[in-house]
Amino acid sequence: MATAHAERTSLARSGTPGPPLLELRGISKRFGAVQALTEVRFDVSAGEVVALVGDNGAGKSTLIKVISGIYRPDAGTVRWQGREVTVGSPNEAAALGIATVYQDLALCDNLDVVANLFLGHELTAGGALGRLGPLAVMDEMTMERRAVEVLRRLSVKIPSVRIPIASLSGGQRQSVAVARSVLGDNKVVLLDEPTAALGVAQTHEVLELIKRLRGQGLGVVLISHNLANVFEVADRITVLRLGRWVGTYDAKLTSHEQLVAFMTGAVPGSGEDHAAATKDHPTSSEKAGPAS
Amino acid sequence: MSSTLEHDPRVIEERGGIGGFVAEYGRRLRQGDIGQLPVIVGLIVIGTIFQVASHHVFLNPFNLVNLTLQMASGGMISVGIVLVLLLGEIDLSAGIVSGLCAAIMAMLNVQADLPGPVAVGLGLVAGMAVGTLHGVWTTRFGIPSFVVTLAGLIAWQGALLLVLGKTGTVNLPDPFIASLAGTFFTGTAAYVVAALFIAYVALGPLVTHRRRRAAGLTVPPMAFVVIRAGAISAFTILAVVVLEADRGISSGLLFLVGAVIVMDFGLRRVRFGRMIYAIGGNAEAARRAGMPVQRVRILVFVLSSMFAALGGILGASRLYAVNQSAGGGPVLLNAIAAAVIGGTSLFGGRGSMWAALLGTMVIQSISNGMDLLSLSSGSKFMVTGGVLLFTVTIDSVLRRSRATTSR
Repeated sequence: MATAHAERTSLARSGTPGPPLLELRGISKRFGAVQALTEVRFDVSAGEVVALVGDNGAGKSTLIKVISGIYRPDAGTVRWQGREVTVGSPNEAAALGIATVYQDLALCDNLDVVANLFLGHELTAGGALGRLGPLAVMDEMTMERRAVEVLRRLSVKIPSVRIPIASLSGGQRQSVAVARSVLGDNKVVLLDEPTAALGVAQTHEVLELIKRLRGQGLGVVLISHNLANVFEVADRITVLRLGRWVGTYDAKLTSHEQLVAFMTGAVPGSGEDHAAATKDHPTSSEKAGPAS
Repeated sequence: MSSTLEHDPRVIEERGGIGGFVAEYGRRLRQGDIGQLPVIVGLIVIGTIFQVASHHVFLNPFNLVNLTLQMASGGMISVGIVLVLLLGEIDLSAGIVSGLCAAIMAMLNVQADLPGPVAVGLGLVAGMAVGTLHGVWTTRFGIPSFVVTLAGLIAWQGALLLVLGKTGTVNLPDPFIASLAGTFFTGTAAYVVAALFIAYVALGPLVTHRRRRAAGLTVPPMAFVVIRAGAISAFTILAVVVLEADRGISSGLLFLVGAVIVMDFGLRRVRFGRMIYAIGGNAEAARRAGMPVQRVRILVFVLSSMFAALGGILGASRLYAVNQSAGGGPVLLNAIAAAVIGGTSLFGGRGSMWAALLGTMVIQSISNGMDLLSLSSGSKFMVTGGVLLFTVTIDSVLRRSRATTSR
């Protein structure tokens, strides 16, 4: 396990020296009198887990909604694989390869696992019957085969792929929701509080799943209040406070206490007093250690 | 690390063979996901009771052909109701819309002298127009379909009276319209119909079984599939032999079974059907998955009113007339009761198209059987109400047990 971890890290860090998958710079967003985000920066590369933490009202959700195309930022640039893009709608985000797994899951309880995995993107039969748009005949066998394949790859434990979601546990449901993001041709997966409502064993299950997503070469963005979970899976941790970027820290070089201090503002982070200056560093090289 | 995971056979605990099948069936039973079995058992019980009580009249060929004639109109309305219920909505106007569209067809045919097929077509178009109005109003203004179609129930009742005018009753001598419900298929034609039905309902699953096994997916035991196919085939052939002994298979029954099969295929195998189930289960999830939720809703209301119109037209065809009470009285409630008795949930997302056929069979058997026993319509309504309550209670109890046995 330890060697595999080291191998993966070296691959993610030095093996792919190209630009990060997703890179946000100087993102600002204002709602009326509330400045929700001020010149926030964020990036995530292939094969790494970046946690996004902060106290309530820090701007985590707003940032996630900017990334997933629900909000359009007032200022700032978004780069996707080095190319500047605008993410104007959830569909545009999906087209780029950004998948969002929402806190309230968005699964259909009455449908089975296969149907939920392919919800809205059902595979259709070949030939004329498959080209009728909403009247196209679905290819259940291929969908089931691919569902089994992806669940095996992610080691998701469920009794059967033909079981309705209603009969699964919270952890299993979350796993299905996460697995759905892998089925499409997605490169970045945003997970919004994936362990919030789960028990200990189920939380462990989902965290293992997150590690496997990373192992598959996806960039994972994890929002969580649970710092123990964050330290267990994250490679880097981006801290927001009051809508500003405090800093991005290497998870292995940061302690729990230091992180809490950054989140609450007890210790100013590297970005807080010179947010404007970060514009001069468009690369993601400043994976600042704590207080360095 | 990953190489062992990829071939870990334990992650999906699904087992094949008899053991896995029994375990799976037990799970479904515990969770109330029991398909059509209870309705079929109910039908056998009802058939036996009336056969004994009516001194062997209920199951004789003449009465069974009558039963199929009585089923066509209400069953067709129920097809539309099942669609609306699966979506988690309701259509209270389906009964009266069936009467209205039949009246429009009758007036166009008799008063405006339009040929039968044109009048029937325009009657169906009228139904679709009504459905469009219901659907657009419900989705556009966010008003519960209960209220919109309740308003429709009252307003279309008025429209029916206005269309029929002072005459009150329109007789339909048109041979085309009369032939819609009252043509009978016998001999070779009847057996061809039976063969097509068997091919879809019984042999289809056998083919699926073979293809799934060839693809390495889990399959129920072959014996189960064969026994099921055999039972359905035997019952179908028996039904045709019995119906043939009298007048044969009526076109009304054929329309109903045809509609059920088409919509069953649409619900289970076509993306549009998947959208209906998804919206009925969790509309927000369906929306986030990119499904056109509002458009599907409107279309389902159009289909519901169209099937209601078709039911009304079949009813008019059978009675050779349309009058002011067409589509009123128990028509709507019987159609909803049939859908629910057949296992369609009132809360959306659960049920199958076969509910329309089997549920209507239950409702009409009770009605027919009690007529044979010369019981008053008072006791008929009491019994029908009791059966409905009993069925919904079973569904509700099973749902509660599903909630507690879910993991």
